Amino acid sequence: MEFLQAVFVDPFVSIYEYPLFFIEVLIGGLLTGVMYSLVALGFVLIFKASGVFNFAQGAMVLFAALTLVGLMEYGLPLWAALIITVGIMVLLALVIERVVLRPLVNQEHIILFMATIGITFFLDGFGQMIWGSDVKLLDVGIPQDPIEIKGVLINKFDIWAAVIAGMLVMLLAVFFQRTRVGRALRAVADDHQAAMSVGIPLKTIWAIVWSVAGIVGLVAGIIWGSKLGVQFSLALIALKALPVLILGGFTSVPGAIIGGLIIGAGEKVAEVFWGSAFGGAIEDWFAYMLALVFLVFRPQGLFGEKIIERV
Amino acid sequence: MQHKLTSTALAAVIAVGGVMATALAAAQDNAQFIPSMVYRTGPYAPNGIPFADGVADYINLLNERDGGINGVKLTVEECDTAYNNDRGVECYERMKNNGPTGAAAFSPLSTGITYALIERATADKIPIFSMGYGRTDASDGRVFPYVFTMPTTYWSQATAMIEYIGKEEGGTDKLKGKKIALVYHDSAYGKEPIPTLEKLAQKFGYQFSKFAVPHPGLEQKATWLKIGRQLRPDWVLMWGWGVMNSTAIKEAAGVGFPMDRFIGVWWSGTEQDVIPAGAAAKGYKSGAFHAAGSGFPVHADIKKHVHDAGKAAGDAKNLGTVLYNRGVANSVFVTEAIRTAMAKYGNKPLTGEQIRWGFENLDLTAVRLKELGLDGFMNPVKVSCDDHEGSGPVKIQQWDGKQWNMITDWIPPMRDVVRPMIEDSAAAYAKEKGITPRDC
Repeated sequence: MEFLQAVFVDPFVSIYEYPLFFIEVLIGGLLTGVMYSLVALGFVLIFKASGVFNFAQGAMVLFAALTLVGLMEYGLPLWAALIITVGIMVLLALVIERVVLRPLVNQEHIILFMATIGITFFLDGFGQMIWGSDVKLLDVGIPQDPIEIKGVLINKFDIWAAVIAGMLVMLLAVFFQRTRVGRALRAVADDHQAAMSVGIPLKTIWAIVWSVAGIVGLVAGIIWGSKLGVQFSLALIALKALPVLILGGFTSVPGAIIGGLIIGAGEKVAEVFWGSAFGGAIEDWFAYMLALVFLVFRPQGLFGEKIIERV
Repeated sequence: MQHKLTSTALAAVIAVGGVMATALAAAQDNAQFIPSMVYRTGPYAPNGIPFADGVADYINLLNERDGGINGVKLTVEECDTAYNNDRGVECYERMKNNGPTGAAAFSPLSTGITYALIERATADKIPIFSMGYGRTDASDGRVFPYVFTMPTTYWSQATAMIEYIGKEEGGTDKLKGKKIALVYHDSAYGKEPIPTLEKLAQKFGYQFSKFAVPHPGLEQKATWLKIGRQLRPDWVLMWGWGVMNSTAIKEAAGVGFPMDRFIGVWWSGTEQDVIPAGAAAKGYKSGAFHAAGSGFPVHADIKKHVHDAGKAAGDAKNLGTVLYNRGVANSVFVTEAIRTAMAKYGNKPLTGEQIRWGFENLDLTAVRLKELGLDGFMNPVKVSCDDHEGSGPVKIQQWDGKQWNMITDWIPPMRDVVRPMIEDSAAAYAKEKGITPRDC
């Protein structure tokens, strides 16, 4: 009885009594969700172009952030370190395409997926071998202090992160919709064979996609690295992107954004208002449960492409 | 002709190599083997590396400066657990029989691995030294003859923290009605202080709330909104590890919680916890059972005999950091236990069973600490048959934005609370496992 009250009565009473606090939790969750989306975007890009779930996306985030902060520790200004890191991520994409992906063209997707697991372990070890395993402070000047707007406390850092993520999404939208390469990329995503038959070079497209995913990883690394410090654990944020992908669909950029917002807000509201009923610490599994509930009604995710096959 | 010369040279190389290998084997035959469980890889590597360096550098110092302990050289072998319980057990099984007399003692450096090894090590007669971690009730030497928890435990620390908070509030009688929250790593380690804090809540009348953070603790916004905006406690305690700590500090600052009312366990009070949090960490406090900094004579000796000789285990910049110093403290306890055991069993490599006697009869006095170059570094410790914890006092340190500073003297634990809890819990364990407690 007590449990039922903690699940079905107390949370709603609490929300009714403290509406401002509910709004604060909701806004905090939405802003955190944007940061999840940032990580999920990298997965979506590569999945769209090649149908491969890139297990190494978290490792790419860590590698990019480690490289950036490592270069800054050598005395380079932020802008120079950024340019060089972008260059390194593009170079990394070219190497991955040449050494790992090209020999596996026409192989089953599961083989490519296994290859990305290999890339994960390589990047985790290689990044730490070059730049060390110490926790590094990354300060790119994003303000960290909270502000209170009409009784609602919001962290400036979260607002900045949301703005940066929003700008990145717009850039990606322009890239996909308005540029020649972007259109070619969408063609590859729709049908590899058809795209190749009209002269779109698959290998070049893959190299570009991995480069863009690397740059998205860098942006995610900057934001999460500024929040947590740059350290091995940064690679684990990929786990926070998985429910976003399940919910939003693996092939949709808007899906990654909307999915992030729903997961972020959902897990925070659940933890704050329903957490005590379950002994606390529910937000991690709640995010996956929420995503799975959506899957029952839309197996391809909210914005994923519905696969119809004739048999 | 050339073929003959090559063969002769090859034979000479093999012969010299053979002689060297024999000499090395002979040297190792006369050396005391100390296994070192480390985590230089994995998500907790930033914390594991300086600790492992401190352990190795101090043992190296004894070898380089003193020729080992009483003429017996020390050999160390590292095994990387990556902070995983299964790998910890694997490391134990791999190293327990190494060296002429087997492993001296294991320091698992993980509460989970400690739990996994207690029964195995007891059966194998090898001491487990869980310094400032592990299961607190193992301090009862009557039930856990092979486990040593000195110089202090989580339960002692919890009481010292409440004592400190009481003093800040104007006396423990002023704790009535205050709100104290615990943010903890959702694991065996994080849950260790809960029974003590609940018991003290009954005793002093403060309102106790607890908040679990799932591993690894990358995202804690909801937790801190509940704490900082809903509960609004007077004090927050933290039992965290790794990235959880710096994230908690930042999130606490994000909801405007004052840092000087936020106290972490000693595993949440390192440079790795505060530096990533930047300016937000200024004023944050933690428990401590040894000093930070490199201004002690032992550090000068390590620099001279180990680092300057090019034999440092890792990056020299770690010298004097909290976790490096904790690694040094770990090696001090192990090697002084070996030295104590040698006084009884002779100057030769000893078995785990003999070194267990050394641990149990360890008396690390202020005079001895001064001789070791550790005057003021940590508190004297005396272990006994029934009390494997020693005296158990704790200091509180505070981060000023650049370094850790001690802000209290040694705070003795509430022994009247902790010791009965230890004995009750150990007795329950003994009953469950069918152990007849030793008569001390």
